[in-house]
Amino acid sequence: MTQLQRRRHADVSAGEPRTNRTLAIARLMAGKDLRVELRSRVLTNQVLPFAGVVMVMFGFALDDERVLQRVAPGLIWLATLFSLLIVTQRIFSVETADGALDALRVAGVKPSGVFLGKAAALVVQLIALDIVLLLLALVLYNSEVTGAAQGVLLVTTVLAATCGLAFVGTLYGGLAAGAKGRETLLPLLMLPVVAPVLIGATRATEAALNVGGITMQEGWAWVGLLGGFAALGAIGGVVSFGAMVEE
Amino acid sequence: MTLPDELTPRAVHDAAWERSLDRVDSVVTCMDTVVELADVVAVIGRFPALAGASLSVRQGEIVLLRGSNGAGKTSLLRVCAGLLPVVRGHAVVCGYDVTTDRTAVRQRVGLLGHNNGLYADLTVAENVRFWGATVGASAVETAAAMGHLGLDGRLAEVCVASLSAGQKRRTALACMLARRARVWLLDEPHAGLDAAARDELDATLRRAVDAGATVVLASHELDRAGSLASRIVDVVAGTVRNATTGATPGPTPANTTGPTTGATTGATPGTTPAITTGPTGEQQS
Repeated sequence: MTQLQRRRHADVSAGEPRTNRTLAIARLMAGKDLRVELRSRVLTNQVLPFAGVVMVMFGFALDDERVLQRVAPGLIWLATLFSLLIVTQRIFSVETADGALDALRVAGVKPSGVFLGKAAALVVQLIALDIVLLLLALVLYNSEVTGAAQGVLLVTTVLAATCGLAFVGTLYGGLAAGAKGRETLLPLLMLPVVAPVLIGATRATEAALNVGGITMQEGWAWVGLLGGFAALGAIGGVVSFGAMVEE
Repeated sequence: MTLPDELTPRAVHDAAWERSLDRVDSVVTCMDTVVELADVVAVIGRFPALAGASLSVRQGEIVLLRGSNGAGKTSLLRVCAGLLPVVRGHAVVCGYDVTTDRTAVRQRVGLLGHNNGLYADLTVAENVRFWGATVGASAVETAAAMGHLGLDGRLAEVCVASLSAGQKRRTALACMLARRARVWLLDEPHAGLDAAARDELDATLRRAVDAGATVVLASHELDRAGSLASRIVDVVAGTVRNATTGATPGPTPANTTGPTTGATTGATPGTTPAITTGPTGEQQS
């Protein structure tokens, strides 16, 4: 072992120039994932149309303007959750299709950087999705934002809920990535965990759209819950993503 | 305008690569042990993929793992890359314990397995830049890595999804080159390559070894890989035979599930060509 220890000492003293800081890796991963999305256009050609169809189908099923207006916040976030499953599976299928996830592990890339990068790419895609869904709700369900305060609450809700969904989605997407039957495993694992986001985001959006009798103050309280959930998701992901991918 | 020889992308890359390796290797001699496996047991599920494998590889060697399907060659490479846990025994790569210092090991090895680890929607250049960036490689270095593998022409801007199997393999090797891996773990590296690409691959591996890298490869193409290797070891039922450093390797057994017997040289399929043991370079010159 003496010789090997000497080698180790040599490695350390040589100070190999290696860029493996978490944020640098996160930027790299996010840039790569967004470039892949821009190139493949899965979000624009498949996920957005899917979300639109879901919104229209809700309209057909309920078929009552007053009911639709009342339940619009819940429908928006349900459509977001369904679409989240597709987007999450997509960003990890890119990694598993040709063994890139294994290559990332072999490269010794910091898992926390991979987690944050993929979550950031997911946030960008989900925000684009939420904007489309909100516009559809305004058109199809006659939802309306009545004032600037409601607008601020709505934007904050979307940001907080999207971050929570992205962190949890990335964590569970990584867990299911190498598993057999991951297409069915992911919804089974993830949907119960994101139930608090569905509840909190729906209540806060009800306040912002002025339906359901939720006050603005209550709406902000729900946003606080969403923020806490997102923070927990981020911390949990940074800490445990490596172990989850490794297993 | 023609660049002077010392300013060509390949020359710049070689220089940068050698500098990065020299920083480490100036302290130690070229005869250091880079891979040390001692009685390693590794399981996949409940199946013992390695059943007490021992192997020692010195810096600068090209070691060919020879064996039948399911003998444990790929598992051995994955143990060296820290991808397959060691449940018993001891595995040290580049001075780092594979079990306790997995990240340090992984930053120093490159594994090219049955998959290429490429992103199909990105171009060749984007893939190589991405993998190079994971270790902070400069644009010049990644460009030179592509140049080494003949990917710096029109292929650079082609999406990987549109490439042939051989071109994908070359792209994967360029990514490994850009990552400046010091131990190259290659599983069937010649698969899917045409004759010219195979020659280029062999030349690339020799250049890598000349620059201080170490190569461990598993292959069934014994005529090609055997002529490249400085040492051949047999992997049989999860164990390693003929693994003694410096020993003249035995021939390719007709059935690699049994122990090695007899001695044959040459380059015909199924036999082991003349092998030079010890540090590489002797047979290359």
